[in-house]
Amino acid sequence: MCLAIPAKVMSLDGDKARVDFGEKVLREVNVSLVDAKVGDYVLVHAGYAIQLVEEKEALETLQLWKDLLVAGE
Amino acid sequence: MAGNLRFRNPELAQSIAAKINVTTPKKGKIKICHVCGTHEWTIAHFGLRSLLPENVEVIAGPGCPVCIVPAAEIDEAVELAKQGKVITCFGDVLRVPGSQSSLLETKAAGADVRIVYAVTDAVEMARREPQKEFVFHAVGFETTAPITALEVLGDLPKNFSFLTSHRLIPPAMELLLGVGDLEINGFIAPGHVSAIIGLKPYELFTRVYRMPTVVAGFEPNDVLMAIYMIVKQVSEGDSKLENEYSRIVKPEGNPKALEVLNKAFNITAGNWRGIGRLPDSAYQLRPKFAQFDAREKFGVHIKEGKDILLGCECHLVIIGKIKPKECPMFMKACTPAKPVGACMVSSEGTCRVWAKNVATQN
Repeated sequence: MCLAIPAKVMSLDGDKARVDFGEKVLREVNVSLVDAKVGDYVLVHAGYAIQLVEEKEALETLQLWKDLLVAGE
Repeated sequence: MAGNLRFRNPELAQSIAAKINVTTPKKGKIKICHVCGTHEWTIAHFGLRSLLPENVEVIAGPGCPVCIVPAAEIDEAVELAKQGKVITCFGDVLRVPGSQSSLLETKAAGADVRIVYAVTDAVEMARREPQKEFVFHAVGFETTAPITALEVLGDLPKNFSFLTSHRLIPPAMELLLGVGDLEINGFIAPGHVSAIIGLKPYELFTRVYRMPTVVAGFEPNDVLMAIYMIVKQVSEGDSKLENEYSRIVKPEGNPKALEVLNKAFNITAGNWRGIGRLPDSAYQLRPKFAQFDAREKFGVHIKEGKDILLGCECHLVIIGKIKPKECPMFMKACTPAKPVGACMVSSEGTCRVWAKNVATQN
C-alpha cells in the first residue's frame, strides 16, 4: 500500500506532470506536494508525487556502501 | 540517475551480509522489527532472512494498512453500499472481511462497488454520474493520507465523500514495545511513511526506549544495510536514530504534505484490527469538512465489529508474535485464493507475502 516508484518529470502543467517510469509511456501524476522541475525524479505513490528523489544522495549512498565495505575488508 | 539495479547488486548484498555476520555478537539474540508490508515483501522475495546469522531474527509488525482496518469500518462501507451509494476503493480493500461480509461479497449481492487505481479516478466517476453518491474508502498510513487531505481541501463534487480508515504508524510501534515477551532490539522504520513525517516522530524510540531505529528504503541492499546498522548499534550498546534512505527521506519529511494533513485532519484514537484501540493513531476529517466525511454525511457510525474469526491468528501475526506458518490455518483453510484473515487478503499482508514466497521462508 505504501509502494512508491521513482519517475522522471518530462513536462509540467500546474499541479499536473507527465512522468516517465522508465517504460517510455508517459503518465500523468499530481505534483502539488513537491516542488518538481522538468528533469527531476519524483517518488510517485497512488498517482501523486510524494517526494523528490535526490540524485546526489542516491549516489552518496552507493558510495557510502562501497566505502564501508572496502574499509571492512 | 543511479539505476535501481545498483541498489540490488548481489555481490554487494553478499558483502553486507558478511559484515552483518562479523558484527553480530555471538551470544544472545537480536530481534529486529519492521513495520511495513513492502519491507516484508523485499525480505521474503529476495530471501534476505537466509543471509542472516541464526541469532538475528527479522519480524514483521503491523505494516499492512489494509490488514489493520477494523471489521467495523468495513461494515460501514458495506452499510453505505447497501444504502445504494457507489463505494470506490483500491483492489486490496475489496476482499477484507467485515463482520458479516466483505465489499466483494456485497458487490456480488448487487451493490455498486468499484475498484480504482487513484482517488482521482473515483472523483472523475462522481463528476460523470452526478445523480449518484460516491464514497471512497480511504485506507493507508501517513504515505497515503496526504492524498485524501489534498482532495478534501481541493475542489470535490458535492456527490463525493470519504470513508477514512487512515492510521499513523508510530503509535503502533510504541505498542509493540509494550508487548512484554516480544523483546525487540531494533526498529527498521518505514521509508515511505518517513518521506512524509520525517525523522522526528521516531526520536521517542531512541530517547525513551533506547531502541536503535533505522529508516530504510525498499531495495534488498537498503534493508540489509539497515539490518547491519542496527546490529552494529546493538553490538556497541548504542541507540541512535539513523537514516539509511536519505535519497528520499529528509529529516523534516515533506512539509507540504504535513501542512495539508494538519489542515484536513484531527488526530484521534483509532481501532486497529487484532490490536485494539490506540491513542493518537487515526486521522479523522475535521468537523468543517463534514460534507466530505461519509460517516457524518450519511450518519453511519459502527462502533464494534468481529475482527478475527475463530481459529484465525491474524492478531498474533500482525504484531509479529508468531510467523504465518505457526497459524494452523496457514495454507490449509486460509490461502491467497480463499483467505480467511485480513493478513492473507492484502498483497502486503504478512501471510500473503509468505504464501507467495514459501520457498524463501523456511
